[in-house]
Amino acid sequence: MTDTSLDRTSDKGFAGADGLSVDRLSRGALIRRRFFRNKLAAFGLCVVVFMFLMAFVGPYLAKWNYYENDFDNLLAAPSREHWFGTTQIGVDVFAQTMRGLQKSLIIGLLVAVFSTSLSAFIGSVAGYVGGRTDRTIMWVVDLLLVIPSLLVLVILSRYYQGKSWLLLVVGLTIFDWMITSRVVRGIAMSLRERDFVRAARYMGVPTRKIIARHLLPNMASIIIIAATLNVGGAILGETGLSYLGFGVQAPDVSLGTLIAEGTGAALTYPWLFMFAGASLVLTVLAVSFIGDGMRDAFDPGSSKSKKI
Amino acid sequence: MLGYIFKRLLNTLVMVIFASTAGYFLASSALFPRGNYEAANPPIPKESIDAVLDRSNVNDETPLLERYSTWASGVIRGDFGLDLDGNRINDEFGRRIWVSLRLLVIGSIIGATLGVLVGVVSAVRQYKVFDRGFGLGAYFLLSTPVFLLAILLKFSGIKFNDTVGTTVFFTQGEYSAGFDGTTFEFFLNRLQHMILPTLSIALGSIAFYSRYQRNSMLDVLSSDHLRTARAKGLTKRQSLFRHGLRVAISPMATFFAYGFGLLVAGAAFTETIYGWFGMGQWFLVAVAKNDINSVTAVVTFTSVLVLFSGFLADVVLVALDPRVRTR
Repeated sequence: MTDTSLDRTSDKGFAGADGLSVDRLSRGALIRRRFFRNKLAAFGLCVVVFMFLMAFVGPYLAKWNYYENDFDNLLAAPSREHWFGTTQIGVDVFAQTMRGLQKSLIIGLLVAVFSTSLSAFIGSVAGYVGGRTDRTIMWVVDLLLVIPSLLVLVILSRYYQGKSWLLLVVGLTIFDWMITSRVVRGIAMSLRERDFVRAARYMGVPTRKIIARHLLPNMASIIIIAATLNVGGAILGETGLSYLGFGVQAPDVSLGTLIAEGTGAALTYPWLFMFAGASLVLTVLAVSFIGDGMRDAFDPGSSKSKKI
Repeated sequence: MLGYIFKRLLNTLVMVIFASTAGYFLASSALFPRGNYEAANPPIPKESIDAVLDRSNVNDETPLLERYSTWASGVIRGDFGLDLDGNRINDEFGRRIWVSLRLLVIGSIIGATLGVLVGVVSAVRQYKVFDRGFGLGAYFLLSTPVFLLAILLKFSGIKFNDTVGTTVFFTQGEYSAGFDGTTFEFFLNRLQHMILPTLSIALGSIAFYSRYQRNSMLDVLSSDHLRTARAKGLTKRQSLFRHGLRVAISPMATFFAYGFGLLVAGAAFTETIYGWFGMGQWFLVAVAKNDINSVTAVVTFTSVLVLFSGFLADVVLVALDPRVRTR
């Protein structure tokens, strides 16, 4: 974690020691270069970009809409006419899958961004400020964590079923920030006792600035890993709810509802759920590749750590 | 230490009370059992509906606090009340709890131990074949939702049975109905039913723990105190076990408590897909039926489990990390 700062100073040191003008990369460029050097991360980024393109442009490429029925082709296997085959009522599986992908991607992204920001903020405040603030916050976190969010959202489904999917985003966010905030708090607690934070505190730097300048940058790698896992987690949470019938509602589709509808006859007609399942796994997989790639890019020290 | 454990236990108890109360209010406000009967055709007279709802103490015309105090005084005596059909929830609870516990306890033990093991070895052998292989596998498993994994395992099991020609894996229920045989055969039969559902749950947790354990171990491996340990003359292995693992495992305690919550949620899918009549499957059925008392019973069960694992995790954390103790 401190390696990032070391890295920077040694960069400067090089330029100075040679007395030559070295092309110094900005931190952002350095991180970008490290990121793209990581093949899995680059692959993940390509897949996510591809998924987004497919989800939003794909529907215009296909002949069929996700609510149209082709009564000449019921339960047809994948063909040139229907790339992913058709369902029992002749709906094009490709169009359906793209539509579902759209929903799942948007919901996952929004929920992850909201919930991770929330947890970074709450967790670092609780861990750094400590005392009664910490106890109160953690008490609320504990209470929210005691009942798995899936169960709570299933119970509360009556409130958002049949309404806008944005309510689903709100619901998933409210019950998705606790674990990350606990992790963040734990790190904040140990950072709090570190000398550089202590020094800042004794110099009279206000809490707000210490959190923003010293705590958050030093847990950037953890927050980024968490954020990425949260994108995956949010997509999985949404599809899980939808799979059970408590998430995205018909006529709208998500990858979860598609898998749920497809599994009934899936032993004989695997295309009914295979493509939705594969795009779900591939998307979440790609997102976590990106997350780990970013971790290594931000914090190259951890990958050099092998020699102890 | 003992004082801490006692305090933590007391806190757990208070949390259980709060969680089950929250569960009760949540279920009572969101579920609407009257709706089950109002939609009936021919219509049921209001008095009969009220009588049914009153029997289970879920009549929305009774003030919520009054219903709650009736419910709570029952729960304190260990009685979760009646479901909408008038059956005692305790009976259902007693039948189902072992089904779920077997799945969860075995699943979490397998998940946590193998996960930590894989994570530590992956970190120590970073970028070697072991790390890359298990890393990729873990990525795949973490990206696969429990329900998809359960379905895929189920289908693979069926395909496998077809190929082999005999039933190796059962994919429905906990044991074959009307099964007759020796104790050993019965045990074997249960085992055949158990493998796939347990795997559906455990594989995800192995991947989950191994990723975090690897990350936390890597952070420790690059830390100064481990370099110091090496510098003062410990072998690599000694420094790893004495100074590395202890520090690297302690953040996992937090994950264990909440990984368990994930596991409980995963059990709902697994039980539904494999036709196990456990707590998770009960929960889903009860929500669909607007059965407030059953839903609250499952929520209470879940909160007890999660809180207990959290309590365990905290005790482990304190035992491992003296810095936490002083706070």
